[in-house]
Parts: sequence; C-alpha cells; structure tokens
Amino acid sequence: MLKHRIIPCVLLKNWQLVKSVQFGSYRTIGHPTATVRVYNARNVDELIVLDIDASLKDEPINTEIITDMANECFMPLTIGGGIKTLEDVYTVLNAGADKVSLNSQPILAPSFIHEIATIFGSQCVVCSIDVKKVDGIYRVYNKKMGLLDIDPLELALEYESQGAGEVLLTSIDHEGMGSGYDLELLRLFHESIKLPIIINGGMGSPQDGIDALNTGADALAAASIFHFSKYTPDMIKKELEEQRFPVRRTFR
Amino acid sequence: MVHWYAKRNTLSAEIVIIDYGMGNLRSVQKAFEHVGVNTLISREHEDIRNASKIVLPGVGAFKDAMENLHNLNLIELLNEEVIQKKKLFLGICLGMQLIATKSYEFGETKGLGWIDAEVIRFPDTELKIPHVGWNSVAYENHSPLYEGIVENSDFYFVHSYYFNADRKYATGICDYGVSFIASIQKENIFATQFHPEKSQTYGLKIIENFVNLENVIC
Repeated sequence: MLKHRIIPCVLLKNWQLVKSVQFGSYRTIGHPTATVRVYNARNVDELIVLDIDASLKDEPINTEIITDMANECFMPLTIGGGIKTLEDVYTVLNAGADKVSLNSQPILAPSFIHEIATIFGSQCVVCSIDVKKVDGIYRVYNKKMGLLDIDPLELALEYESQGAGEVLLTSIDHEGMGSGYDLELLRLFHESIKLPIIINGGMGSPQDGIDALNTGADALAAASIFHFSKYTPDMIKKELEEQRFPVRRTFR
Repeated sequence: MVHWYAKRNTLSAEIVIIDYGMGNLRSVQKAFEHVGVNTLISREHEDIRNASKIVLPGVGAFKDAMENLHNLNLIELLNEEVIQKKKLFLGICLGMQLIATKSYEFGETKGLGWIDAEVIRFPDTELKIPHVGWNSVAYENHSPLYEGIVENSDFYFVHSYYFNADRKYATGICDYGVSFIASIQKENIFATQFHPEKSQTYGLKIIENFVNLENVIC
C-alpha cells in the first residue's frame, strides 16, 4: 500500500537554513548541509528545500549548495526557489534534486508546468501555492508579487490541467503557528483536485496530522514542529500508524 | 551450473553505470560511494567491456531510452556483456523495463528482450498515476539483493508503466491497484522497479548486496 509521507520542509536564506512565522521573522536554525545530514540519518520519507532568497532577489540558483545537500540525501529531494526556465529545471535536477517546486513562475505562465512535464515528467513538478485568507476569502499570495486577485483553487485546477505532479499547499495564516493545518482550505482542494496534496503550515502535534489525513491530505509537510518541539517525524508516524494510516515504518 | 550469491567484505570489482542520456546518474553513483565503492559513469564501449558489473539506471520514456541505446551502439554491446559474458547486471526503474520484450508506452517499442515481458500502463482507476512514493515489497523467489532486509519494507517508486511477466523470475511483488513485479532476477540479471538509491537505508543495503555479489561458476 502506498504510504502517507511526512516531509520536513526547510527554508534557505543567505546560505543558512531559517524558520519563519507567517512568512516573516526568520530565525536561523543551522547549516543546510548539516541539517540535511541529520534528516537523512533520521531516515525521513522526503525533504523539501525552498530557497526564499532566489525568488525574491532574482538570484541565480545556487547549484553548489544543492549539490552539497543532494550528496547527503538518499531519499527524494525537492528544491524550489527562483526556477524560471527549463534550463533552471535541468540545472536543479542535474545537481541531484528529484523534483522542483515552482511558485512564482507558473503564476505568470502556467504553461511552464506543461513544458517541464513534457520533458522531465509530471512526477518531478511540485506546484507550490501560498494562500492567505482576507475578509473570509482565500487568495493566492506571492512573496514577490504580494497578495493577488487569484482564487487558489482555480490556480490549482489550471496547474493540474498543465500536468503538475503534486500540489504543495501552504496556508500563510497557519504557517509557523503550530495550531493545526488549515483544514477548510484543504477540504476545498481535496474535493476539487485529483493531484496529490502536500499540506503545509501549522502542524503542532500528531493530532494535527491525523486531522489533515482525515480531511484528504496525501502528505504532511512541516517545519517548526521538527525544529522546535519534542516531535520527530518518526514520533508522528507512530501515532499515525496507531490510527491505522499507512506510513513507512522507520521507527521501532 | 552457475550460482550467484551475496558475499560480504569482498573487494569490489569495477562497476560501470551506463550513461545514455536518461536522467541523473549521479544519485546512483553516490549510493555506490556511500557503500564504499567507486563507479564509472560512461558510455564508452571500452569502459563497459572492462567493467565486471553493469548498472543501467534511467528515468524517462521507454522509446527515447531504446533510441539512445541504439544510437550509442549499446544494444549489441550489452547483449554481449550481459547475455553472452554473463556479467552481473542491475537495472533500475526504466533500466528494469528496458530488459522486457516490448513496451506499450507511446505505441509499441521493442526492448532488449532479456526476459519475456511486456511493459504496460497501470489501469485507470481512482488511484493516481504515476505511482509515486513509498510502497512495500513482498518477497516472491529468493534474491540475494534482499539479504538483511525484512520483508514488506518500503521502497521508493516513480512509474506509470509496470513490468508484466510470468512470476518465475519475480523476486519482489508490490501492490498498487494491481499486484505487479517490483524486482526480478534471471541468472546474472537483476533489476528493481523502485529506486534503491532513493530508498534510504534499505535501498543502500540493496546496492551493497549488489556490490557484494560474486559471479561463481562451478
């Protein structure tokens, strides 16, 4: 049986791994390669690394650090941040990533997803959608472009038709708060799209993970809970298994 | 009679990873490095002839892969080295599918034909295609590649088509809507549909077991 994945999501900024709260107040949490090594030793299912500087400052992709991190990874690695061209995708995959995460570029040109899927396959395209709730309405937010007048679900459906492989769905309001995922947003997505959904932002306890899987998430991404709490990915998996969710057994 | 079995602590002979323009080979190479073995990524005939073990990874479309192998004049060479000289061979993902008789991905394409098999698409059900993620492998026939690995361990899969053949060469079985062959062995030919290089501890163990295989003729 296919397993639900628990995916640590780590942010890269100025060569450092950072942790944010609602996309702000960044805190340095360590050296990227060392952190990846720890996650590899902990036998995690997958790892997502997003370079938040690359997209904001139009910086070129840091292949050196991607290569360094990939060298420590014997599990699937997703890299995102500043990927704008097919050449960028090739560079990132060639540096050792298995998937690319796209956020800004497909908002501007959704056909970029189709181009990547045709050449490299859908399985390597993770579409990241950041969502902010304003006056009770979900809207797409982009770090560079700000709050946009785009319905996140419509955007996801467009991405799906373009051949995306997965959606990384992040609620900015819930991110870093540790008070649970945005289940309302997740339900909305689950009812309308077929793509696997990686829900992100807000997991503070194993129960939050259970709630998200019951609401239709395929995979759980999280950051703070692994950096700042007693919970490890294994501890969460153990509780998920007790609730009879299929997870990859990495714990004893 | 010819036996292949896992033996520990042997010096590794030279292993070549075939570079035929299908995906990133570095991740496969670093998995070998992790278990202490240097490998050569090459498409040069001389390198392949000199190697004692051959690894054929691959991500992408079957047809492109066969075309690339053909254009690099590797089909005949692989037949010589693997079928005639019986060098130990490890096919990974697309590298497993390529040893089938034919594939139905984007029309019908002839494969290397080392095992009588067809590569067919997962049936359309509510299950998502491609089959991506961690899934468990049950054992069929014994394989030295699984030595030291508990049955039903999870491995990382990424594929839309699967290897459909008689179970006589199957060593591992996986279930995704249909029950399909996750790994095979026919004499010196080993292959996995999953990616051992992305399957963490157990995947690395498979790489290590392949490194430790010895070709013993008695």
